[in-house]
Amino acid sequence: MSDIAQKVKSIIIDKLGVEESEVNAEASFTNDLGADSLDTVELIMEFEKEFNISIPDDQAENIGTVGQAITYLEENAK
Amino acid sequence: MQLKRVVVTGLGALTPIGNNPDEYWQGLSTGVSGAAPITRFDAEKFKTRFACEIKNYDPLDHFDRKEARKMDPFTQYAHIVAEQAVQDSGIDLDKIDVDRAGVIWGAGIGGLKTFQDEVMNFAAGDGTPKYNPFFIPKMIADIAPGMISIKYGFRGPNFTTVSACASGTNALLDSFNYIRLGMADMFISGGSEAAVTESGVGGFNAMKALSERNDSPETASRPFDKDRDGFVLGEGAACLILEELEHAKARGAKIYAELIGGGMSADAHHMTAPHPEGIGATNVMKNAIKDANISPEEVDYINVHGTSTPLGDLSESSAIKNVFGAHAYDLNISSTKSMTGHLLGAAGAIEAAACIMAIQNQVAPPTINHFTDDEAFDAKLNFTFNKAQNRDIKVALSNTFGFGGHNTSIIFRKFEG
Repeated sequence: MSDIAQKVKSIIIDKLGVEESEVNAEASFTNDLGADSLDTVELIMEFEKEFNISIPDDQAENIGTVGQAITYLEENAK
Repeated sequence: MQLKRVVVTGLGALTPIGNNPDEYWQGLSTGVSGAAPITRFDAEKFKTRFACEIKNYDPLDHFDRKEARKMDPFTQYAHIVAEQAVQDSGIDLDKIDVDRAGVIWGAGIGGLKTFQDEVMNFAAGDGTPKYNPFFIPKMIADIAPGMISIKYGFRGPNFTTVSACASGTNALLDSFNYIRLGMADMFISGGSEAAVTESGVGGFNAMKALSERNDSPETASRPFDKDRDGFVLGEGAACLILEELEHAKARGAKIYAELIGGGMSADAHHMTAPHPEGIGATNVMKNAIKDANISPEEVDYINVHGTSTPLGDLSESSAIKNVFGAHAYDLNISSTKSMTGHLLGAAGAIEAAACIMAIQNQVAPPTINHFTDDEAFDAKLNFTFNKAQNRDIKVALSNTFGFGGHNTSIIFRKFEG
């Protein structure tokens, strides 16, 4: 697993209060990991802070699963 | 219409001198001070470097990490005392009409720490707004009753009362009124506050409202003493389960006391200073006594607002003499803020709990830290200085007054069927 993937997973575990075993690539933040709309916004903000990037709203809308977050950040993180 | 009767069937308390009602009463009756150097932040540069904080508090003892992160401390405290009170009341949540069960909560400020942290975080950045999505819902003063209703499924009236240091009493009186008008069967009601933060202490310091007795925190809150120099900021919460009498009887509830009346008034005088002759304070006690349909002579104990400020203590004692005349000398009067500090919007709630436990135990808790008489006070008034006094207490009255000139009084009576 890449460093980025590891960091993404630990942010998700911390913010959503879930177990590491639940955080697989297909897991949806809202359907599988118990996030509501505010949790999702907070997650995106944490990714922005951790990876020092700005994620535009129209792209943030497409980040709904753990795998989508990892892929986006691997492509866009500085 | 015939008004319903309202009784207290559950208690919860999280205070600087005890983290549940039993510990709280133990502290009150033995005269313990909750004041100590501030641990919540580095107060080195502050004029006041002590407060009455909750002791041994770890949110993770009560909430999981995710829950704790979404709640300002004032909401965490509210949840903890609500749970204590619900448990204590023995209520079966599956057997009540949840549409007639509400939550009315008092908070003078609300999520001050959340507000401060978010604004400081913004100020430290480059001007790009990076506010947490939970900032607003964590901070607003009404979130505490909102979250409590979610936990217990109570769908009746739900809101927060804001009247500074009178907020907690206003919450209890609103609950009382809805029940006695027949609009609800029961309430989770009380107040919480968590203002021991840089902005809380700094703000009250700027008003010169706080004691600056840094060399002796535990003796700083000294209501009615000649050398009183301001209030000591406290934090915490208390909760009462208020229930319609027949509803309580039908489920065989234990009844702590009856809530028999309340009063409200305004000083209409000054932003922060009390009316010098205590007009608002006089009126509010008269209103409450009239509402309770008792004579002033029936009151045994008064838990005063008594914050240990030079002006406030004076005007309140004048008001007591105005209202009670010769009977003022037969009263036990005490300021439990001498022990707990001033919990702002939670003061009315923790002091209502103190009155109820005073009735239960037939003991008037003391005004501790009395060293020097102040000739400005009538020496014949019994302020219950330094030691609790045994007393046949049938009726207890609690006063709370808030910045803005808001005054509230509430009266509890021993339940006798």
